[in-house]
Amino acid sequence: MNEMTPTAEQRTEALQGLGCKRKRVEDIRFVQGRGSYVDDMKLPGMLYGDFVRSPHAHARITKIDVSKAAAVPGVIAVLTAEELKPVNLAWMPTLAGDVQMVLADGKVLYQAQEVAFVIAEHAYIAADAAELVEVEYEALPVVIDPFKAMEADAPVLREDLKGKTDGAHGKRTHHNHVFNWTIGDKEGTDTAFKKAEVSIKQLISYQRVHPCPLETCQAVASFDKIKGELTVWGTFQAPHVIRTVASLISKIPEHKIHIIAPDIGGGFGNKVGAYSGYICAIVASIVTGRPVKWVEDRIENLSSTSFARDYHMTTEIAATKDGKVTGLRVHVLADHGAFDACADPSKWPAGFFNIVTGSYDFPVALCTVDGIYTNKAPGGVAYRCSFRVTEAAYCIERAMDILAQKLGMDPADLRMKNLIRREQFPYQSALGWEYDSGDYHSALKKAMDTVGYSKLRAEQKAKQEAFKRGETRDLMGIGVAFFTEIVGAGPSRNCDILGIAMFDSAEIRIHPTGSIVARLGTKSQGQGHETTYAQIIASELGIPADDITVEEGNTDTAPYGLGTYGSRSTPVSGAATAMAARKIKAKAQMIAAHLLEVHDDDLEWDIDRFRVKGNPERFKTMKELAWAAYHGVPPGMEPGLEAVNYYDPPNMTYPFGAYVCVVDVDVDTGATKIRRFYALDDCGTRINPMIIEGQIHGGLTEAFGIAMGQEIRYDEIGNVMTASLIDYFLPTAVETPKWETDWTTTPSPHHPIGAKGVGESPNVGGVPCFANAINDAFRFLGSTHIPMPHDQWRTWMAADKLGLHA
Amino acid sequence: MSKVQVRLKVNGKVIDELVEPRTLLIHFLREHLNLTGSHIGCDTSHCGACTVDLNGKSVKSCTVFTVQAADGEVITIEGVANADGTLHALQEGFREMHGLQCGFCTPGMITRAYRLLKENPTPTEEEIRFGIAGNLCRCTGYQNIVKAIQHAAAKLAGAPFQEAAE
Repeated sequence: MNEMTPTAEQRTEALQGLGCKRKRVEDIRFVQGRGSYVDDMKLPGMLYGDFVRSPHAHARITKIDVSKAAAVPGVIAVLTAEELKPVNLAWMPTLAGDVQMVLADGKVLYQAQEVAFVIAEHAYIAADAAELVEVEYEALPVVIDPFKAMEADAPVLREDLKGKTDGAHGKRTHHNHVFNWTIGDKEGTDTAFKKAEVSIKQLISYQRVHPCPLETCQAVASFDKIKGELTVWGTFQAPHVIRTVASLISKIPEHKIHIIAPDIGGGFGNKVGAYSGYICAIVASIVTGRPVKWVEDRIENLSSTSFARDYHMTTEIAATKDGKVTGLRVHVLADHGAFDACADPSKWPAGFFNIVTGSYDFPVALCTVDGIYTNKAPGGVAYRCSFRVTEAAYCIERAMDILAQKLGMDPADLRMKNLIRREQFPYQSALGWEYDSGDYHSALKKAMDTVGYSKLRAEQKAKQEAFKRGETRDLMGIGVAFFTEIVGAGPSRNCDILGIAMFDSAEIRIHPTGSIVARLGTKSQGQGHETTYAQIIASELGIPADDITVEEGNTDTAPYGLGTYGSRSTPVSGAATAMAARKIKAKAQMIAAHLLEVHDDDLEWDIDRFRVKGNPERFKTMKELAWAAYHGVPPGMEPGLEAVNYYDPPNMTYPFGAYVCVVDVDVDTGATKIRRFYALDDCGTRINPMIIEGQIHGGLTEAFGIAMGQEIRYDEIGNVMTASLIDYFLPTAVETPKWETDWTTTPSPHHPIGAKGVGESPNVGGVPCFANAINDAFRFLGSTHIPMPHDQWRTWMAADKLGLHA
Repeated sequence: MSKVQVRLKVNGKVIDELVEPRTLLIHFLREHLNLTGSHIGCDTSHCGACTVDLNGKSVKSCTVFTVQAADGEVITIEGVANADGTLHALQEGFREMHGLQCGFCTPGMITRAYRLLKENPTPTEEEIRFGIAGNLCRCTGYQNIVKAIQHAAAKLAGAPFQEAAE
C-alpha cells in the first residue's frame, strides 16, 4: 500500500457517518439569517388575513355586522361562518373523529375562538378592520373545571352533539362527555388491591400547558384558478397528511394540491394539527384568486392553536410491605376543551397513556380515561413527547415516590426493586405493550454512582437536622426519575391517522457522479434531519455525507409520510432510509460483480466499496458503481441507482433513561435553585452525539419550564390568564440550569440500525424528575404531593401550608 | 394613512423610504427591505427574535417605530458577516458549538451577542447568560449558545477556545 492510499479509518472518517459529531448543514443558512420560514414569503398580489376573536368563553352570537370593516379601504373581503357554509367549510373534521368550527357558527365555546376572518391588502389594514367587525354576544354559563363539567346539571356545551350518545370512541355518558377508554384487567387489578399489604392513592394533575415554539403557526395559500391547483406553504409537522386532509375537505383532487413546509421555527407538537387559520387562508385565496397569508401572533398562538396535557390522574398502587408493586389503577379525567382535536393516532383517544406502568414490573393494571368538554381551547397535542407519554411518566414517577414515602423506603431503592429486569425483554406490559429492549438496572446504577447518590442523601439528612434545629432555612431535595418512552408510531396494525397507516418513507437517488439526493416523508423543525439522515446513508452506502442532500416537506417531491412528532423520524423514516439504502447497495453489488467479473457472493462490503473476498486490491467504490449504473449495468438490468422504501415498523421503540436532580429550596421566599441535573439517556444506536446532546439540553429546558412555571390558566369565567410571554413562563438563559448528560446504549433489536429516537425523552423524564426533587425537599415534613407547576409562589404556599412560616 | 420620509443606514447602506409613521422597525426591515433574517416571535418584546443593533445598542425591533430609527444606523444579522464575506466569529461559533437548532431565534441571538461582545469582549459565563436573557430559545437550553459565544470571544481575542470543565 503506498502512502497516498487512505487507511480504513481515514475512509470511515471521510464519510461522516453514524456516530460522528457531524456539524449541521442547516446552520450555514440559519446563522446568516437565510433560513426561509413561512412569514418570509412574499408573493405578487399577496393579501393578509386576520381574525376577529371571541372575548367570551361561552356565548351565543346574536349578530355579526361586518359592514364597517368591509368599508375600510384595502379590505377585500370578510369571512364568517355564513360565507363558509355554502362550501361546507364552517366546520371541519378533527384528527380525533370530532368536528370543530372553523369560524364560530351560532355560538362560541372558548375565549379567542375564531369568529370572522378579514382579508386585506396589508396586514395593518386587516388588523385595523378586524377591530371594526361588530359582534353581539349573549353570554352563557361557563365550564372550566373538568370535574364540574361532568355534574348532571352542568351547562350543555356542544349543542351540535345533542342526543348523540355515540362518539368517535364509543359511548358518551353525559352531554359534556367525549369518550371513555378502558384498558387492562379490572378483575385482576381489583383482586391485587384487595390483597395489597400497602396501597397509595393520589390525584395527580398535570396542568394545561402549551408548546410555544418561537415561530407561531402560519400559512400562505395560493389558489390558481386556471389550473385549479392549490399551493400552501405552512408550518406543518406533517405536510403529507395536511394534503390529504385538505383534499378531503376542499374536494380539490389531491394531485392538484401542493403542500410545502419550508424551514420551521420549532414545533414541539404545536404544528401537527389543522387550524382555522390554514382553512381560512385557503378559502380566502380561492375566493379572491390571490395568495393569502395568515400569521398568528403569540397571544393567538397561546390561546387558540392547541394546548397540551390537562390530565387529572387519580392513581393507585398496590404493593407488598417490602416494596414489590402488585397492581396499578389509574383513572384520568382528560380535559379536551371545546372540541376533541387531539393529535393522536386515530384508534388511541388517550394516546399511548397505557405506558403508565412505566419501567416497572406490574403484574396487573387497569387504566381508564374519560375525555371531557370544557370552555377551553381545543387541541391536546403531544408537547415534546409521544402521545400522552409525559402525562403517564409524570403519573407513575410521582406515584412511585409517594409509595416509597409510605413504605419508608428510599425512592431509588424502590425503583431498583421494581424495574423490569434485563432478561425480561422483550417485555409484555400489563397494559399491552411489548418493550423492545432495555437494561434499566445498569442505567439507574450508573446514574446513582455518577451523582454520588448516597453522599447526596447523607448531605440532605444533615441539612434536615440543621433545619429542625433552626440553623438553616434551606431545604434540599433530590429527585429521581426513571422513564420508559414509547415512540416511533407506528405499526400499521394499531397506528393510523384518519385511516392512513403510520408508516414513513425515504427515497434515495444516486446521481452518475456519486452524489445523492434523499427525500423523506418526515419534516424537521430543528432536529437536524438534513444532517443526520445523510449520516445514515453515508454509513450504509459509503458516500460522504457532504455529498448527500436531504430534502423534506414538499409533497410534490417527497414520498408520502406521516411527518415528524412523537420521536418517530429516526425510528420510522430513519429505518426507511437504511432499508432504501440497502436496496441500492444490493443492486450496486450486482453491478460490481459484473464489472469485476466475479459472482455476487464473492464480494464483500468494505466501508465505501465492494471488494473481492480474499483479494482486497480488486474493488469498485460506490462512486465508481454510481457511474457504472448509468452506462454499464449487467445485461437485462434496469439502469440507474435509486430506491424508495415505505417502512411499516414491526413495533414501537422504547428509549429509556435515569435522571437525578438536586434542588435547594428557600422556605421563606419559595425560591428554588437547581443545583445539579444529571440525565442518562439510552436511545439505542446513536447517530450524531452532538445533536443528541443538543436535543437533550433542549428537552430538559422545556421540562424545566413545565415543571417550574408553565401553565395555561383560566379564570372561572374562561379568561385565559397566561396568553402572552408576560405571563407564560419560558425559561431564559439566567434561570435555566446547567445540564450534565450521559448515556448507555441498548440498541433496538427490530430497527435496521438499532436506533430508538431521542428528542422527547428529556421532557418525559425531566418533568417528573424536577417535580420529585421539589416534593422530596418537603417529604420529611410529611408532605406527600405538591402539584405542578413549582413556581416560587406555589412553593412558598407549600411551605406555608406545612406551617413553616409560623 | 399619510407617510413620512425616513433616511437611515442599514448594514452600511443608506436607505430613503416613505413609511406610515406607525410602521414598526421589524416590519420595515422585513417587508420594505426584504431583510427577513430578523424574526417576530412574541409581539411583546420578550422573545428577542427581532433583536437588531440600533446606534450601537441592541434593540427589539418589534417595539421600535421606524421613524424612531430615522438618521440612525441599524445592523441586522445580514450585516454581521466580516467585510470580506467570511462568517463572523459568532456565526462560526454557533455552528461549531451546536448553538442552534430550528434557527428561528438565531439571528436575534447572534445580533445580541455581537453587541454584548463589543460591550464586554471577555464575558464570564454569568455575564453571557445575563447578557442574552432578553433572547428566548426554545430548542437548545442555552448551554451551547453560551459555549458558542465563548468560542467567538476567544476567536476575536486571538486566543484558543477552551471548554470549561463540567
